[in-house]
Amino acid sequence: MSVVCFVEQDAEGVIVDSSLRAVTFARMLSDQSGEEIVAVALSARARGSGGAGPGSLDGAGRNPAEGSLSEGVGQQGHEVLGAYGVGDVCLLVLPRTVGYAPRALATGLAQLAGAARASAVIAASTDHGNEVMAHLAALSHLPMVANCSEARRVGPTTLQLSRQRWGGSLIEDSVLEAAVALLTVATDEVAPVLAPAASEPAARTFTPELAETDIAVRAIESRDATSGVSLANAKVVVSGGRGIGGAEGFAAVEQLAGLLGGAVGVSRAVTSLGWRPHSEQVGQTGTRVSPDLYIACGISGAIQHLAGCQSAKVMVAINTDPQAPIMGRADYAVIGDVNAILPALVDALSQRSR
Amino acid sequence: MDILVCIKRVPMVGGRISLTPDGRGVDTEMLGFTMSPHEECAVEAAVRLVERDGGSVTALTLGPPEATDQLRDAIAVGANAAILLKTDGREWGPTATAAAITAVAEQHQAQTGRPYDLLLFGNEAADTGDYQVAVRVAHLLGHPCATGIKQLEVDVHGVHARREYRGVTELFELPLPAVLSVKEGINLPRYPSLPGRMRAKKAQIDEVDPEWQGDGLKLDGLRVPISERRQAAILGHGVEAVPALVDLLERLGVLS
Repeated sequence: MSVVCFVEQDAEGVIVDSSLRAVTFARMLSDQSGEEIVAVALSARARGSGGAGPGSLDGAGRNPAEGSLSEGVGQQGHEVLGAYGVGDVCLLVLPRTVGYAPRALATGLAQLAGAARASAVIAASTDHGNEVMAHLAALSHLPMVANCSEARRVGPTTLQLSRQRWGGSLIEDSVLEAAVALLTVATDEVAPVLAPAASEPAARTFTPELAETDIAVRAIESRDATSGVSLANAKVVVSGGRGIGGAEGFAAVEQLAGLLGGAVGVSRAVTSLGWRPHSEQVGQTGTRVSPDLYIACGISGAIQHLAGCQSAKVMVAINTDPQAPIMGRADYAVIGDVNAILPALVDALSQRSR
Repeated sequence: MDILVCIKRVPMVGGRISLTPDGRGVDTEMLGFTMSPHEECAVEAAVRLVERDGGSVTALTLGPPEATDQLRDAIAVGANAAILLKTDGREWGPTATAAAITAVAEQHQAQTGRPYDLLLFGNEAADTGDYQVAVRVAHLLGHPCATGIKQLEVDVHGVHARREYRGVTELFELPLPAVLSVKEGINLPRYPSLPGRMRAKKAQIDEVDPEWQGDGLKLDGLRVPISERRQAAILGHGVEAVPALVDLLERLGVLS
């Protein structure tokens, strides 16, 4: 028996943080049962290194290097997975032209989970993780539970689960009855923790049998030349809400963000009013951020907004209302009108840097 | 083009969530309701496509009788028809929800001889966030699908749907009929017009009574997570607090 965990890699092939959290979560189950964790990664080609061409099963001619360790998670990734308690690293080999194809991945995971007699298949609750697991659930006629934060086996086919609702503002405790548990992991709730003892995982490849329908929908990828600080990874985020009063008020927000080397964020009210683009929205239906410093300017602090910024290390609120919900989450606050305070703060900082 | 857009009625929660005394639901006594944010954008996307190319938008929801409010909201911004899959207030899981929606789509095809060209969903519901109803419906209907879409073009060849993932733009090309889930940001939903509201008020809403099915996941209860509730340290009032703010930023080491 085993616990299968789908792991994702970034463009350089490094295993992403959210997947290490998913592996940590998988250990909650495997530690209890003594099962082995099988990490499933994609071959480099299936990660999009050559995914732009028209895909066809006929063109699947694999060269010998394909599926080798170097094309998978790499030596470093292998060691990292071992340090997190993975016992077996399995490289999913897809036809070279396929790229990211969620249904093909799900089919591969289904076949692999069957071969490994998996009691659970786990992925991070990312766009790819949720999508692949939803396909796996549909293909295998099994329930899928998204955004889990805890799992405990209480019977051969029964798990006691905790999962997030409302982007983490509410926790649901549930009992899952399923031959194979399909779970995605709320990565803002589960910290990555190294295994007590590192393992030396075995490495192997697995080439699933795919049908044309499995590869019919696949991503054609293009990399953007992103300029400026990305909101998701910014160390400092200066966010403006309805209290800014209008689109022109964001000049001061931008200036402050610039002076702090940070990114501009906004609340949902601001994008709904058309003052700023949705790409800047922080919250449950926007971007989730976890900066060292989050400055919330004229933001009341609805739970949907806090869902996107509550993992900030330090939060500062500037708001006219000392009773606003944001005051219950912020570490520091200034009471007053952002449209007076922000320009004065920008002035003070500009003079200081001269 | 005939589009089915699926929406969910959810409470409008604000600063904090209160639970019912039995801890099994959100106390909605003091709350209004809305459709999930991603789904507002799905409705807008559907209406724009039909305004351009002709066809129809049918809004569908699975929920209690009160969910007709959200169907009327969809009609007020341009949907032509609405279907309520009426529940008795029990929560439906994603598998059963997908089966009930699929039955509606299949019945539409049986009656008209043509399938819905496009089935639109929100990427995930604001409350339960299950991330799977669209994909399950696609599998049941045998349609291709893509999720989390932030940019959408539809022409005679099919759907060109884009999204961002880890700094990479992913383009999916799907033939019609297709299933898509969209995310907020794909468009800015319009406000209803006065004629729209009038139309919505009078519109007929078709009702279906699907049978509740269990889903493998049984709710024990809900709880509000124990957050480190802080009380913010007040640095001061108005512009007089600026020196204290500068000091704080310096201490935090964010000033170059």
